[in-house]
Amino acid sequence: MSVTYIDAIREAQLKLLQDDPRVFIYGQDISTFGGAFKATKGLADLFPGRVADSPISEDAMVGMAVGAAIEGMRPIIEMQFADFSSVAFNQIVNQAGTHYYRTGVPMPITIRMPSGGTAGSGPFHSQSMEGVYAQYPGLVVLTPATVSDAYHMLIDGVALDDPVIYCEHKYLYRWLKAESMAGERLPIGKARIARPGRHATVVAYSAMVHESVRAAEDLRNEGWEVEVVDLRSVKPLDTETVLESVARTGRLLAVGESFPWGGATAEVVSRVVQDGFHLLDAPPMRINARDTPVPYHPKLWSAHRPGQDLIRETLRQLLVY
Amino acid sequence: MQLATQPKPAGLAGNTEFLRKVYQAMLRARILENKMSSLYKAGKIVGGVYLGRGQEAVSAGLGASLVKGKDFFAPLIRDQAGRTAFGEPLLDCTRTYLGSVLGPTRGRDGNVHRGRPKEGMPTMISHLGVQLSVVAGMLFAKRLQGTLGDRVGATCLGDGATSTGSFHEGLNFAAVERLPFVLVVTNNQYAYSTPNTSQFACADLVEKARGYGVGGLSVDGTDFLATVSVVGEAVRRARAGEGPQLVVAHVLRLSGHGEHDDASYVPQEMRSSHCGRDCMDVARTQLLELGAVTADEIAGWEEQYAEEVQQAVAQAQQEPQPDPDTEDWMAVSTHFPAR
Repeated sequence: MSVTYIDAIREAQLKLLQDDPRVFIYGQDISTFGGAFKATKGLADLFPGRVADSPISEDAMVGMAVGAAIEGMRPIIEMQFADFSSVAFNQIVNQAGTHYYRTGVPMPITIRMPSGGTAGSGPFHSQSMEGVYAQYPGLVVLTPATVSDAYHMLIDGVALDDPVIYCEHKYLYRWLKAESMAGERLPIGKARIARPGRHATVVAYSAMVHESVRAAEDLRNEGWEVEVVDLRSVKPLDTETVLESVARTGRLLAVGESFPWGGATAEVVSRVVQDGFHLLDAPPMRINARDTPVPYHPKLWSAHRPGQDLIRETLRQLLVY
Repeated sequence: MQLATQPKPAGLAGNTEFLRKVYQAMLRARILENKMSSLYKAGKIVGGVYLGRGQEAVSAGLGASLVKGKDFFAPLIRDQAGRTAFGEPLLDCTRTYLGSVLGPTRGRDGNVHRGRPKEGMPTMISHLGVQLSVVAGMLFAKRLQGTLGDRVGATCLGDGATSTGSFHEGLNFAAVERLPFVLVVTNNQYAYSTPNTSQFACADLVEKARGYGVGGLSVDGTDFLATVSVVGEAVRRARAGEGPQLVVAHVLRLSGHGEHDDASYVPQEMRSSHCGRDCMDVARTQLLELGAVTADEIAGWEEQYAEEVQQAVAQAQQEPQPDPDTEDWMAVSTHFPAR
């Protein structure tokens, strides 16, 4: 029996609702309909009142979660698409993100964000927001790449006493399968070596981990052993594991799906240059999506988003520098 | 829906104790805020000072109608009177304005951005309208926990904040969930310098109640007895399960937006019109007429509150300020090995 990434998210929520009476889920079309991606399928029947439909009011959804958390609950908010969280941006960064610092009262809310591109989804159903939220203080930003992480990191994220931006990748929902949800359960803030190597380090997260591993496999026949680090969370960011890898390889490529100005890949490169300049045998490189809105047409979209081919060709340049 | 309520304080006139409590909170707040204004003008307060002068009746009427320890109250910028009536100690105010590290925000935020979230009083942020959904969420949580009881949650806004998307989303959410929620909008004619004519196009903001499917009450906020009565009625209705209530109180802001602002854009005709009346003066006259207080009592209170305020200021001034070297600089409560 195989389990998909979206199954893992549903199973994690089922377990959270079973184990913790403080947990409830709130979002658009998530109750009897089961959510746009079926991440809450059947849960409303099992937990009456605790899986509730919201009006199309992202601002109020997050404000409501903040109030509920003050009163001892652990709300999970489902954004229908990460893109729509821009409507709730103020509540997320100014209300939830500042709350603990301003008041000393923790803010245990989790906001699930169906993120990233899929063919044909276009500018407003494809965005990767992790860099935007990581830039603000007070938020934890999770970017699981595996079925096991999708499961465990949602459970561990809800257990945190802080606001969690849980970026779940829509491309992985049904494409990514595993034998089970069991897997190495690393703590939040710890990166994982997705593929060991010694000639170059690729630092990636979410769907880009899989593209990077495939690119590394392509280069194996040519004698290159490329290491892939899966960050798992972009905030906190496990600089230590990244530096240890770069110490082994001397070369760094950071890959992210979000827009190219700033963001997680720029942060990785910046930290390695600052703390590990002496480890580098070549200038560090970055790959991100292009600096335009995410296009609709599959031909444009696949050229907009970083993929296996671009990562492989970029690695070729890096490896022979 | 009741669009206009005449100042007929049915039953209230007999409730002398309650009226005295509301007036005492108003007076305490006015004296406290006058002191904050003086300290600001003397350069003793860093950042802004924002007064509720002219809207004490509606604010204190709300704060006094709520029960601390049970109800929720999210005050906004001009709610010193409501805070005081709800039970916020004067020290929370002086410590926050004067930057004492012992205050509720420990120097991390200032002036009116203080609260006690775990005691039913969430803190405001500067972005207007966002507290509606927070208070509604607190009530939603209590309903999920099965402990809602006859609890009420209330928050306040000005006329300007009714133009925000958050106002719409929050009030609509409270209405959809039919929560015991009270929203008090004090229309003080100006949002900073912007007059009502540039802010909304309906005749009275209470008309919005019909669109959201919530109860609506409108009142002359300078009329102490009418205002206390109407705000109390809104709280009673919410408590009785009649769903969210919108109260609109009409006043004039008797100060600038903050103490840095001379409000020279407010025309003299408006200042001398009916809405420019000071609710403190009206309250005093009405209470004296009712025989609920004597002039000597009020004089005694004034003296007592001035002394209390002086003590709260002196104490906050003597307390330590935050120290950047011992500040933990943690924006999250979890201690991750990585950052």
